[in-house]
Amino acid sequence: MENIIRLTPPLSEETVASLKSGDRVLITGTIYTGRDAAHKRLVDLLEKGEALPIPLKGEIIYFVGPTPAKPGKAIGSAGPTTSYRMDSYSPRLLAEGLKGMIGKGGRSLEVREAIKKHHGIYFAATGGAGALLAQRIKKAEVVAYEDLGPEAIRRIEVEDFPVVVINDIHGNDLYEQGVIPYKR
Amino acid sequence: MREINISEVVKTVSRLCVDANCNLGADMFRALDRAAAIEESPTGKDGIAQLKENAEIAIRDQVPICQDTGLAVIFAELGQEVRIVGGNLEEAINEGVRQGYLEGYLRKSACHPFTRANTGDNTPAIIHYSLVAGDALKLTVAPKGGGSENMSKVVMLKPADGIAGIKEQVVEWVRQAGGNPCPPTIVGVGIGGNFERSALLAKEALLREVGSVNPDSELQVLEDELMEAINNLGVGPQGLGGRVTSFAVHVKMQPCHIASLPLAINIQCHAARHKEAVL
Repeated sequence: MENIIRLTPPLSEETVASLKSGDRVLITGTIYTGRDAAHKRLVDLLEKGEALPIPLKGEIIYFVGPTPAKPGKAIGSAGPTTSYRMDSYSPRLLAEGLKGMIGKGGRSLEVREAIKKHHGIYFAATGGAGALLAQRIKKAEVVAYEDLGPEAIRRIEVEDFPVVVINDIHGNDLYEQGVIPYKR
Repeated sequence: MREINISEVVKTVSRLCVDANCNLGADMFRALDRAAAIEESPTGKDGIAQLKENAEIAIRDQVPICQDTGLAVIFAELGQEVRIVGGNLEEAINEGVRQGYLEGYLRKSACHPFTRANTGDNTPAIIHYSLVAGDALKLTVAPKGGGSENMSKVVMLKPADGIAGIKEQVVEWVRQAGGNPCPPTIVGVGIGGNFERSALLAKEALLREVGSVNPDSELQVLEDELMEAINNLGVGPQGLGGRVTSFAVHVKMQPCHIASLPLAINIQCHAARHKEAVL
């Protein structure tokens, strides 16, 4: 298995450019959660030219809607949600400086082009491993859109959060390339 | 007439919601072990190992297997010699969902289709009633996540499409779904009936124990052929390539109209959650 790369956001241009499809990465530091409804609100604000409730430059958004935290826990189960639902919003956020996205499942051609153009990176975390991944989340705080409940934007502190690079700035796609050797 | 008080229904549904979401069935643990043994891709093996460890953590800490604790799908099989007392059965089931999702720290995932405003308590549940012989009420709670549910469809084939057409549709659909439904998956296939019945057959097919034999030998052959074709796609665990794209294909079938060949495909991720109780 390849070497494991350790990253701490915000991500620099150089860091993003060095990542390749298939790289295994452990993220430590602050990232933001957001899924369907939060993405819509962020893009609506950008359309109106208004300020966003979270910084985007160099940041990573994790597509997740966690379960409520049990007493004494930072967060409930928190695995990735399917990314294609964010496809209509991601290019706009990448244009505004967002660098990383964590989700699961393939992205549209438009998103892959935007990743190349704006030098972003798309990671996948293990879908269905929400209880396991929650152990790597040390703190969580709602920072916007509390009314959205599970869809609110949370600032979370992660430690050695395991992801794999799917789409890099060179146009590679691990979903397409990974399947080839096993197809019969 | 045997009487069943709705308070029993509320309590039971609430308990089953939490039980189903935290405690993966023994059949799925066996399926994960079988998948780990035959998977060739190192990434795939790792993905399967993570899902098993995840399910063990969920049981140990009594936390949800997956953050998507689903819409609560409930099958209520009501014996015709039962009288429900103390209130309305449907309200009792929804109250059980409300309590279970609140007390079990489960995610509330029900929302208004247009505004997306969350209903706040994961109701209304999706309830399928059937009236059966006897004096018992059987309740099955099967929370269903959105990621795998989105990778589902109904298609009205022509009778001329036959079994070959069914196979082509199912395999191509699983290929297109790729990593979206968190493979390895269970593929529920409903054949026949009409438009809505085919979808229900596909959903019911998901409730069968994984690793069990189809009681209809003709359908067992179809399941075996579909499994082979699906696992030859190479989609693999998490869609990252590998031998195991699906743990199982389950087919249910019933007669259909002479003009039709309805086919429904309902995809289920490894979190194949369903728990039942008989009152």
